[in-house]
Amino acid sequence: MAPADNAARRPPQEIKEKLLEKYPPKVARKRAQQIMINEAQGTTPPEIVANVRTIPGIITMRGCTYAGCKGVIMGPTSDIVNLVHGPIGCSFYAWLTRRNQTDAINDSGANYITYCMSTDMQDSDIIFGGEKKLAAAIREAYDLFHPKAIAVFATCPVGLIGDDIHAVAKRMKEEFGDCNVFAFSCEGYKGVSQSAGHHIANNQVFTHVVGKSDTVKTDKFKINLLGEYNIGGDGFEIDRILDKCGIKNISTFSGNATYDKFASANQADLSCVMCHRSINYVADMLETRYGIPWIKVNFIGAAATAKSLRKIAQYFNDAELTARVEAVIAEEMPEVEKVCQEVYPRTAGKTAMLFVGGSRAHHYQELFKEMGMKTLSAGYEFGHRDDYEGRQVLPHIKVDADSRNIEEIEVEPDPLLYKPRKSEEEKAALAEQGLAFKEYEGLNPAMDPGTLVVDDLNQYEAEKLVELLKPDLFCAGIKEKFSIMKMGIPMKQLHSYDSGGPYAGFRGAINFYREIDRLVNSRVFGYIRAPWQENPELSGTYVWE
Amino acid sequence: MRKVAIYGKGGIGKSTTTQNTVAGLAEMGRKVMVVGCDPKADSTRLLLGGLAQKSVLDTLREEGEDVDLDDIRKSGFGGTWNVESGGPEPGVGCAGRGIITSINMLESLGAYEEREGLDYAFYDVLGDVVCGGFAMPIRDGKAEEIYIVCSGEMMAMYAANNICKGIMKYAQSGSVRLGGLICNSRNVDNEREMIQELAKKLGTQMIYFVPRNNDVQRAEINRKTVIEWNPACPQADEYRGLAKAIDSNKMFVIPTPLAIEELEQLLLDYGLMEA
Repeated sequence: MAPADNAARRPPQEIKEKLLEKYPPKVARKRAQQIMINEAQGTTPPEIVANVRTIPGIITMRGCTYAGCKGVIMGPTSDIVNLVHGPIGCSFYAWLTRRNQTDAINDSGANYITYCMSTDMQDSDIIFGGEKKLAAAIREAYDLFHPKAIAVFATCPVGLIGDDIHAVAKRMKEEFGDCNVFAFSCEGYKGVSQSAGHHIANNQVFTHVVGKSDTVKTDKFKINLLGEYNIGGDGFEIDRILDKCGIKNISTFSGNATYDKFASANQADLSCVMCHRSINYVADMLETRYGIPWIKVNFIGAAATAKSLRKIAQYFNDAELTARVEAVIAEEMPEVEKVCQEVYPRTAGKTAMLFVGGSRAHHYQELFKEMGMKTLSAGYEFGHRDDYEGRQVLPHIKVDADSRNIEEIEVEPDPLLYKPRKSEEEKAALAEQGLAFKEYEGLNPAMDPGTLVVDDLNQYEAEKLVELLKPDLFCAGIKEKFSIMKMGIPMKQLHSYDSGGPYAGFRGAINFYREIDRLVNSRVFGYIRAPWQENPELSGTYVWE
Repeated sequence: MRKVAIYGKGGIGKSTTTQNTVAGLAEMGRKVMVVGCDPKADSTRLLLGGLAQKSVLDTLREEGEDVDLDDIRKSGFGGTWNVESGGPEPGVGCAGRGIITSINMLESLGAYEEREGLDYAFYDVLGDVVCGGFAMPIRDGKAEEIYIVCSGEMMAMYAANNICKGIMKYAQSGSVRLGGLICNSRNVDNEREMIQELAKKLGTQMIYFVPRNNDVQRAEINRKTVIEWNPACPQADEYRGLAKAIDSNKMFVIPTPLAIEELEQLLLDYGLMEA
């Protein structure tokens, strides 16, 4: 198709200049540091500015801290009552909007995911303080459900009037005795993006829940899957494959999670990190406190899934497990390859752009590669520099005031539960064989030289990029969906998957091949332009043009 | 109706000065409503003879939507109407939001309507303008003239200057103007001259110099304004003088706040040089 060739011919420097052209000088200077032309990875890979404030006036794709905490991390948990302390809208508009699926029947026989619980703050609660109303709401939730845990989320006004939600939570927990109550200071205005909310959520789960379970997990190969949120059933597919291999995922953070699974995470022998951004610090804390090493995995893409399974097998170093993993891959791959070959002639050579998440913009490139599609441009909404450039930049990241505003917890080895799963020598030996611990190379090395990596893309730049590079597919979230489709470009939501999924694992790859084939080869987008747009009866220009 | 707000540093004597001045205005035959905008709800004690006043917000909380004007205003000395906005106990909630709600409530109940025959509405506002809520009386034309109570002490002058910044912000978009500084004397050296100079620099006037007199405390102990407690004492005349000065005031300006260095220089020039 012609546009792809055009794009290839157009020098990336020119595209970048076009993106910045209309900005005032100061804005252009700042944005220029967040738009990076990818280079072949040499000794000093280029730097990108990330995790900084969005410039006011720019229509960002980002979400707020409350969305990151309540929506992303705690939202997918099934048997923890999620109670929002604030005006009703914050709760209502975060109600069942993320397509994180859960089992109807879980280990506690309770699932509150369909409920929308809020203190529904009114004017007088703002004036006189909402602590009493919060305590009453917690008690009501407890009396209704007798849940194992109640999580309380702060919205913006709660932070402004200074309700001490942690003190209320503590008091109620002591009063109940059999229900863990804990709170999150995740006011929407904190931090620069939803990333701050992930951090706040994970810190509290680690502080109040992990290590609190009495259930003893006896499986032979136990792992945690960190940063997998079961959107469209991704987690179900990954668990299906892991179970088939004989690997027991005892705790997913936080797709289809239960209180007991969170609480048992300390019993795993390996942590597998999917979304590096939202959870790498939990992986670090699990290692420091309990001695569980972590590796980066990726179950998006059939080849990536196979590779991740082999890494886990390599870690456990058990002949039987390795054989079983190989058998599963051998059994699953033929069907995947069959569908891939079927769509390949129609998808090969097509182009895509991905602006999503803190890891999805990276992971999904695996699937596009398998279909012969090229990623022209990609970037994260809320990634940090290490998600782009790799963890080796971590010591060099400047900690700014916005990041200092988010609590950082210090953990020590647990006096009773700390048990290094592998000795330093064993880990060194495994590293020698190619199993990298605590390692993530980031998005940039995965992309071709000359492609554009853009952090915190906004509405204006998205439309400009589409106009200049004319990709065959654009992937982002619901806020971007319709403006992109109106430009005649197929759009796939990679936050919520529209109404599709799962796309993880082997069966997920098949779903994705079919879905993308359907989208990029649909003729419907050719009819987007109305007849009067092609042949106007009257035309004009803006005076400033 | 003239709408007046009294601001000033915490503890400077805003409530005392306001009530004593209102007593003077009432004595002159003016019809005045005093709206206390302090969560402590102690702005109308002297006019009501210590009568416990149920605040607007307490009433609103207990009665719900069904509130009558008579539930929240009480008649006091000289036919004054007295209202306490009220607010949360210290350390919780948002008192600023409370004042916004309370003033809106008064408006919707018609407390300022023509038929009430008011000559003055006085807002007695807590301390400094700490947040948007406490600036409410000077926003949206709720109050049109501001008087700042101050003394020759550094922090009182500093607060007066800060309040002027707040007035300047809202004056540019609305009708609020500064009517003058009221010097509530603390017997600081050169106090009168210093406040006159500060007023000049702010582009306004020292509208009255209230001398320090223990009769004010004596009247307070008796839960009365000075005029009610002892109409013949000299301090009563001072408050009559202040009331008259306000009643005949024609000087309303947008203030020009000072830079902190200028303010410190003023103190050096008038106060500390002689010490």
